[in-house]
Amino acid sequence: MLEVKNLHVSIEGKEILKGIHLKVRAGEVHAIMGPNGSGKSTLTQVLAGNESYTVTQGDVFYQGKNLIEMSAEARAREGVFLAFQYPVEIAGVSNAYFLKAALNEIRAHQGLEELDAVDFLELLKEKMKLVKMDPSFLNRPVNEGFSGGEKKRNEILQMAILEPKLSILDETDSGLDIDALRIVAEGVNQLRNPERATVLVTHYQRLLNYIVPDYVHVLLGGRIVKSGTKALAFQLEEKGYDWVKEREPEAGEGVKTK
Amino acid sequence: MDQAKALVNREYKWGFVTDVEADSAPRGLNEEIIRFISLKKKEPAFMLQWRLNAYRRWLQMTEPRWQHVHYPAIDYQDMIYYSAPKQKKDGPGSLDEIDKEILETYEKLGIPLDEQKRLAGVAVDAVFDSVSVATTFKEKLAEKGVIFCSFSEAVQNHTELVKKYLGSVVPYADNFYAALNSAVFSDGSFCYIPKGVRCPMELSTYFRINSADTGQFERTLIVADEGSYVSYLEGCTAPIRDKNQLHAAVVELVALEGAQIKYSTVQNWYAGDKEGKGGIYNFVTKRGKCAGHRSKISWTQVETGSAITWKYPSVILQGDDSIGEFYSVALTNNYQQADTGTKMIHIGKNTKSTVIAKGISAGHGDNTYRGLIKVMPAAMNARNYTQCDSLLLGSRCAANTLPYIEVKNRTAKVEHEASTSKISEDQLFYCKQRGISPENAVSMIINGFCKEVFKNLPMEFAVEASKLLSVSLEGAVG
Amino acid sequence: MNRDVLKTPYLNAFESLQGRGNGGNPSWVREAQREAIGRFAKLGFPTTREEAWKYTNVTPIAETSFRLPSLQPQIELSNDQISPFLFGQQNWHRLVFLNGSFVPRLSRAPSGNGVKVCSLKAVFRSESRLIEPYLGQLIGRDADAFAALNTAFLEDGALVYLPEGAMIENPIHLIFISHAEAAGIVSHPRVLIVGAGNSKATVVESYVSRGGGHSFTNAVTEIALGEDAALHYYRLQQKNGNSFHIGTTQVEQNKGSHFLSFSISFGAKISRHNLNVNLAAEGSECTLNGLYLTSGDQHIDNATFVHHPKPHGTSHQLYKGILTGQSTAVFSGRVLVRQDAQKTDAHQVNKNLLLSEQATVDTKPQLEILADDVKCTHGAAVGQLEEEALFYFETRGISREKARKLLAYGFANEVIGTVQLDPIRSALGRLVFERLGDFSCLPEALKHRDQEKDLSDGGL
Repeated sequence: MLEVKNLHVSIEGKEILKGIHLKVRAGEVHAIMGPNGSGKSTLTQVLAGNESYTVTQGDVFYQGKNLIEMSAEARAREGVFLAFQYPVEIAGVSNAYFLKAALNEIRAHQGLEELDAVDFLELLKEKMKLVKMDPSFLNRPVNEGFSGGEKKRNEILQMAILEPKLSILDETDSGLDIDALRIVAEGVNQLRNPERATVLVTHYQRLLNYIVPDYVHVLLGGRIVKSGTKALAFQLEEKGYDWVKEREPEAGEGVKTK
Repeated sequence: MDQAKALVNREYKWGFVTDVEADSAPRGLNEEIIRFISLKKKEPAFMLQWRLNAYRRWLQMTEPRWQHVHYPAIDYQDMIYYSAPKQKKDGPGSLDEIDKEILETYEKLGIPLDEQKRLAGVAVDAVFDSVSVATTFKEKLAEKGVIFCSFSEAVQNHTELVKKYLGSVVPYADNFYAALNSAVFSDGSFCYIPKGVRCPMELSTYFRINSADTGQFERTLIVADEGSYVSYLEGCTAPIRDKNQLHAAVVELVALEGAQIKYSTVQNWYAGDKEGKGGIYNFVTKRGKCAGHRSKISWTQVETGSAITWKYPSVILQGDDSIGEFYSVALTNNYQQADTGTKMIHIGKNTKSTVIAKGISAGHGDNTYRGLIKVMPAAMNARNYTQCDSLLLGSRCAANTLPYIEVKNRTAKVEHEASTSKISEDQLFYCKQRGISPENAVSMIINGFCKEVFKNLPMEFAVEASKLLSVSLEGAVG
Repeated sequence: MNRDVLKTPYLNAFESLQGRGNGGNPSWVREAQREAIGRFAKLGFPTTREEAWKYTNVTPIAETSFRLPSLQPQIELSNDQISPFLFGQQNWHRLVFLNGSFVPRLSRAPSGNGVKVCSLKAVFRSESRLIEPYLGQLIGRDADAFAALNTAFLEDGALVYLPEGAMIENPIHLIFISHAEAAGIVSHPRVLIVGAGNSKATVVESYVSRGGGHSFTNAVTEIALGEDAALHYYRLQQKNGNSFHIGTTQVEQNKGSHFLSFSISFGAKISRHNLNVNLAAEGSECTLNGLYLTSGDQHIDNATFVHHPKPHGTSHQLYKGILTGQSTAVFSGRVLVRQDAQKTDAHQVNKNLLLSEQATVDTKPQLEILADDVKCTHGAAVGQLEEEALFYFETRGISREKARKLLAYGFANEVIGTVQLDPIRSALGRLVFERLGDFSCLPEALKHRDQEKDLSDGGL
């Protein structure tokens, strides 16, 4: 579904990603772990199409198409979803209105009819139960006045409604208490199916207790330096990222996922 | 933001000209012209005298220049002060007597006047250049005792009411343009809601400037008697012409004890072209007086048109416990200029005022909020809250916030807050990542920015206002 | 009446000074003076019809006749007589001026390494070229009528000149004393502060009076800060109730420079301070704080103007006022952000506390923004003490009167608390309490900083 080849990315002239290789197939869940500043968020932003970042080298293919050439909204309509680490606030625009606009843009792209207000509301209410969201959220402005946990749940709600093919979750677990974490994880797990893939970006192993990944990758200094199964996450939790650094002095040179 | 530049360029779709035979006064202004207008309207002597007093006063006044707008000198002698479509008989009669062209004009503007197609629940007074051509639902309103008619008709049929309230809020000597209007006003709407009556439908006036070189000087007077309620809407359009035209209206509102007036404006006069050529000079005096205790006047305005908008819908809070509100969205694109805001004059005890002003500047637009909150010595426990936010789209536009706060009573609480911002890249990216096109994202964010104002508009107007905003902003973002 | 008449005494006085050779000013100064009197003659005293003077009527100043101090006999002052003005700080550097003339005997100034803290007259005699690029240049050709008048009558004043990298630890205190007995005295004090690149200093300007006569002080301070220079500037106006005070502080800031200002106005019958800051180069920053207390029939006006012509400039303003009696206070703050000034961060707050029936306040915060990528806010508030807060104090056994004072003090403390010079901070605290009434109600609070901090903001 997603193939990242030798991806180099810089922002304001500074190189952040220095040759990422990653292959994600439908039905898989990949976890990307790494300490702060390793380039995790940059990777997610680039995949979603943030133009503040410059791709200097490499390719990204998504369902056989060159993702880098597509605009952010085109990627979204093709099924790429990013759950933001810091979702922005949009004053005066209600959650319900925002989601309906997004869903109908995607449906239009798929050649489907627009959902009318009644059908949309029904869908929304059903999905809101999934993330245990209070109905009053619907009329509140997008993310405005939301707590950190509410913002993250709202991201998962959006994901549940838009039903993306490739979900990228950027630190969705950070700042969540254990109950909120469970709710978020359940939301993700319910959306798991053989047609969809998920990329989880995190720096704690914690989330992976609830969403079990098929593969775990360690991102260090802009490169994936180690890949493995869930066991790798436990090793990291126990020994820390220094353990990888020691073992991989030439961090990341030519390391590839299978 | 580059992608947002792609917003399609639709034309100002209200810019057509209606071909009707007009009955016009000769160009220029003097006492003869005023007598001519008064004679045309068959006015009683007091009205002519009032006009002449205003004119003589106007001659002594100088055009104000303190405002934050720039325009070449206006030649008041090179303007036509009266232009009316020729009618079979005097005054607006039945619809059959109205020129077919005019009926079609209003239909094209989305304001059908004929019986079958009328807007449900909205009574319309249609003003075409200098005169009112039709008023709908008059009979139905009369059942409740509500008077809704053209100003000319009111002068004839409700002389005592006009005599009592005309100039009681905006005296003819109030300012340069009010004096000019008082001298030459040709028509407008009059509305009286009797004691304890809740007006059964929205009242509205639709103003249309059609003739070239004509100034439009209409006058609106709304009197809400004790315990009554009325919601009044006003809409305006004009043809595309490359010469500027002057629109200097006066609106007076009087709310007696316990009365409420809600006055909404969606102003869409022709704004001039991309280079700033042409467009209406919209220099208007709007003022309401909360004359009675517990009365309330609420102004809501969406100003998207006009080359220059210069007005301050104000409230004199004279009655105890009276409330004044001002909600405004002013948009300036291309070379449009706006200097608008409000004055809240607290006189009575426990008076409250709220001011929410949203300015959007794009292109070379120049947008100024100017407001005065004045608390007089006897105004115990006056409260005001003012919030002014500016949104800048592009780097060549300007946003100014110029509030004046004058407090002469220690029990007053007055708060003013203002901010200036732009649409952030993060917000745009977030919307795009959800599949929303940049154009829709911008429009969505702008509508969100204006929401606190739009929610005060009657439903149809809110939809219209929101559409107007996106049309007026076309090509502005980037 | 014909306002032109009001100018005549000043124009005549200028002629007579010219006749006496302007006290030996250098030719370029005399040139500027001729130009300035011409400007004053053209402008005349401002009227309330002018936007900048809408709320301050200077007619009482213009109509009072004053004599130039140089035309009257000199008064002698002793060390003891100036000690009330020193904040108890004998070790601060200081320049003392009496009715505009420098008093060397009472002054003590630092020197060496190119630092000059001296009278302008002394510089005029020795090295006037050093200050030619600054004096009169910063205030510019569009000075208002009062600033023009100051230049026209420039005889003496203070110079603080800091060369590249100079740092002066001790505050430099400039004390301007108006001494007027029966006859009214006018003085035109002038200050020039030049802080070259990377210099750092603290300057305190005090405007005070002795004697009960009328006086009019028409002050101008010009400040130029070089790259990364820092200046803390305290301006205290504590003149007696018979005096008029008009002052302009004009600041020009270079790249990365920091300017911190405290403008304190407690005295005079009519007082106005114009503070104009031009953040002329990228990344410059200013903080302008102010406190005014008015009582009786006083009128105090603060007008600030911050100009952001270049990117990445920062300005923060906080002005607070407490009004009693029939006094009036005015705040007008203008922030102008030019088109090139992207990433500007400009904030302005003005809050006023009305403590009496007849006090009135006019506030006019203005934002003019021509750049789109900026963060600008302003706020203004007028109010009284919160009834809930007063009640809370009462339930804790504190009398209403005391509670009012404490809360009002707390209100002022938001500004006072940011004063970094200890002697000034505690002096201000005491002054505020004195003005609010019985000082004895909480003397301990002012002796220890920690307790002082505990007094919370009075709400608004």
